[in-house]
Amino acid sequence: MNQQIPNHIPPRLPRTILRWYCKPDMVEDIEGDIQEDFNKRYIKSGARSARFYYILDVIRFFKPFAIKNLPKTQFYNPMFKNYFKTSVRSLARNKLFSAINILGLSISMSVCLLMISFITELNTYDAFHKNGDKIHRVITKNLTTQHSRPPFASTSGLAGKRISSEIPGIEATVMLNKRFGGDAQMGDKTIHLGGFWASKDFFKVFPSFELLQGNPQMALADPYSIVLTEEAALKMFGTTASMGKSIPLTPTENYKVTGIVKKPPHNSHFTFESLGSMITHENKTKLNAGTSYSSWRNFTSHYVYVLLEEKASTGLVSQELNRISEEENSKFENASINLELQAMLDITPGPELVNNIGKTMNADRLWMLGGLTLIVMLSAGFNYTNLSIARSLRRAKEVGARKVVGASKTQIFLQFIVESVVTSLIALIFAILIFYIIRPEFLNIDPQIQEATQLLTSPSLFSYFVIFAVFVGLMAGIFPSVLLSKLQAIQVLKGANSTRLFKRLNMKKVLLVVQFTLSLIFIISATISFKQYRYALEFDLGFETDNVLNVSLHGHDDDKAINTFSTIPEVTAISRSAIIPSVGSRFGTIVKYDDPLDSATLHYNIIDENYVPLMGHELLAGSNFRSNESQKQEESIIVNEQVLKRFDLGSPEQAIDKMIQVGADKENRLRIVGVVKDFHYATINDDIEPFAFRYIPDSYNHVNLKINTTDLISTMTKLEEAWEQVDEAHGLESSFYDEDIEAAYSEYSIMYTIVGFLAFIAISIAALGLLGMAVYTSETRLKEISIRKVLGATEMQLIKLLGGGFFWLLIISSVLAVPITYYLFDSVVLVDSANRIEIGVLEIVSGLLILFGIGLLTIGSQTWKAARTNPANSLRNE
Amino acid sequence: MKGTNLGEFQELVLLTIGSLHPEAYGVAIKEEIYAHTNRKVTLSTVHAALNRLEKKGLVKSDLGEATNIRGGKRKRNFTITAFGIKMLSEAKRQRESLWDSIPDIVFQVNLG
Repeated sequence: MNQQIPNHIPPRLPRTILRWYCKPDMVEDIEGDIQEDFNKRYIKSGARSARFYYILDVIRFFKPFAIKNLPKTQFYNPMFKNYFKTSVRSLARNKLFSAINILGLSISMSVCLLMISFITELNTYDAFHKNGDKIHRVITKNLTTQHSRPPFASTSGLAGKRISSEIPGIEATVMLNKRFGGDAQMGDKTIHLGGFWASKDFFKVFPSFELLQGNPQMALADPYSIVLTEEAALKMFGTTASMGKSIPLTPTENYKVTGIVKKPPHNSHFTFESLGSMITHENKTKLNAGTSYSSWRNFTSHYVYVLLEEKASTGLVSQELNRISEEENSKFENASINLELQAMLDITPGPELVNNIGKTMNADRLWMLGGLTLIVMLSAGFNYTNLSIARSLRRAKEVGARKVVGASKTQIFLQFIVESVVTSLIALIFAILIFYIIRPEFLNIDPQIQEATQLLTSPSLFSYFVIFAVFVGLMAGIFPSVLLSKLQAIQVLKGANSTRLFKRLNMKKVLLVVQFTLSLIFIISATISFKQYRYALEFDLGFETDNVLNVSLHGHDDDKAINTFSTIPEVTAISRSAIIPSVGSRFGTIVKYDDPLDSATLHYNIIDENYVPLMGHELLAGSNFRSNESQKQEESIIVNEQVLKRFDLGSPEQAIDKMIQVGADKENRLRIVGVVKDFHYATINDDIEPFAFRYIPDSYNHVNLKINTTDLISTMTKLEEAWEQVDEAHGLESSFYDEDIEAAYSEYSIMYTIVGFLAFIAISIAALGLLGMAVYTSETRLKEISIRKVLGATEMQLIKLLGGGFFWLLIISSVLAVPITYYLFDSVVLVDSANRIEIGVLEIVSGLLILFGIGLLTIGSQTWKAARTNPANSLRNE
Repeated sequence: MKGTNLGEFQELVLLTIGSLHPEAYGVAIKEEIYAHTNRKVTLSTVHAALNRLEKKGLVKSDLGEATNIRGGKRKRNFTITAFGIKMLSEAKRQRESLWDSIPDIVFQVNLG
């Protein structure tokens, strides 16, 4: 035996399927071939690709020549033709039922198709890396604060250094840093270039980012080296032959092009247009002493990826990471920062992380979406099952006749299964049309979705669609087919009472109840998430955001910007700040009072003296900062009430003039000059913690303009013109505070859009099903109704008789759905929100009203029609 | 009837079997076709063609050795039968006679 080539384990389920369907005399040879192909691909392109193709091959071999002969009965070929023919005829005969089924199935299928293509695409993420299963990322769990936040995708530069030098079993390590890039002066044009600082082993860890020109070992080894993608080279120089040319990223710094790399594919979890050598960054930051570049606690700056050796175990590496974490943590009083390993293939879709390097898609959210679409699909499937069972009364005679002529149970079963598969395939055609219509809408819902996926259709995707449709057909048709195939020919043809034939029709009622319960849950969920969204937007943050326009400075001089903006009469006030609070981002450091061992996390914003009045913050005691542009040393601070509470500083008045230490530096003691009333500086999902305003001139990133105008468009034009004097290369980047807040809560808006849309679909499908059932009931009981009418029943009594049963089902559904939804939102969805709405009667009642309204409309109209028919018409022929 | 003439792909497979003799089995044929023609064919296509060829009596097969890379499964080696050789040479002869009957002017015109 050849021991050189390792034998990898193929996926088990496909292999079992292959063995099941394949002819016994061919199976050995085919399985061997697929396995050989699998092993070769495993070495060449990695485990994921090999598994994928294994599955594909198993599907492809499902061809007549390789499939086991079906049991030798007479039905095989010609009968299928007959089943197909009868299916089409029966679909054509019952136009209403067919339309309801096909419409419901195709609408819900289209949503599922969207989901299938979405999930398929996300699963190709990072699959292009040949050694992808060997690449891991080091992520950071910060357990220092009590609040459990998701781990950080990033880690500290220090950790990266120690990992690369200390841990055995790692072939190569690369560190990335986001802050690379700038505006390069190329001739008379200013061109923006973005990317990462990357350490020299980048191409060793990621050989699948193919270097077209340049030496992969040396490209990022020297200071002031830059690697460009082909597109970036074209942008900068107009040609890809730009090796050795130089790019002035700042007036004093020239970067030499040392490599041209192929553009990272769309399905890479991070993309770039250029890479700067990390050594440049390290040299620069060392010059700027005092930056916490290599501090253990600065774990937001670097991304560290490691390539494990062939036989290295992740367990051992994790142990080493724990050792490093413990050593470093012990150097601080209370630090609990843990490094962890994350496989690259688990990044997208993956767990929720903070400070991501690029686009991601949260796996939990993906499952949620998948689950919701599945529910919609179930609903349409139930429709088919219900209507088929209802109609089977009419087809009982057909079954009886077939059985008398010699059809077996299996044959009858097959006939009805074929019928449901045909229906589902017809629905697929419509579903694909709808899919193309809703695809752009879906991509537009969420910028995150749009960034991460393109949803291109490929032949293999279509084959998934067809497999899916057949599966749906089988599932929806299985129950009615079994039911019909069990009929006894003799009973049917004797004209036995139809109710005796179908004793277990309670199934129908169960399905209806499940369907309506799900729809109701959907409707109520949609209203609740809409309310939470409105609530978040209208929430009183504790300061004024009306008519405040935030302009990003992009590193430009704040004084110059202020001077130009202040000439515009519509701008009534101007202030400066480092971040925009209340939209999710925040700075953090530590704060201490008297006790050197007692430190707390302090969130802060750096502001100027105009900020507090402009934003309308309420000072409980003390005063605002005084203007002091020439200030060298930070002196004073404004804190919120939580700081007082944390360190027992007494009342706001008592706290004034007390000194607190901010940051790790013992010398940096600041005097409290003011106490600001607590406000929501993070999102309203978070509790309010210690927070402070600091005054450090020249560290501002934003200018806040209070605008008073009646003609917004012309004011904006004026602002843009003014901005041109500050920065001619980039346009004005500004947004109103209210819009920023709206964007920060887009998660809710996305949630209610999607849930709302699915609720709409679910309820439409359920309504269609109900309509079908109502039509069927009133048709089959038409004679009974006519006789009752002749004997003197009033129309009201008849409506009660026909519709009462359905209303009972609706009531049962409501009783089930209301507590389920309440529990779902109360204890699962909204449980993490610090500020949340109370689920009120209104949301629940509105959901119920919609459901009963629809029920009344569909059932009512049909029963009313039946009750009003002239008995003479239906009884004439008796 | 379909069985009397060689399809283009079947001819390609048949030729490949000849060139790989005596080690012509599924994966090897697939790779050889890719090496010569740059056509990416799937295993199942190759197998389907082999199946047809065997039914027509152009090739015969026997089970060969089992290797580790195949998960301990034996491979099926194909060899061309006498009839297969006859069909191949017939196909070649047909083609050549057609080639020969193209007047020289055609080449001149299209090259100019």
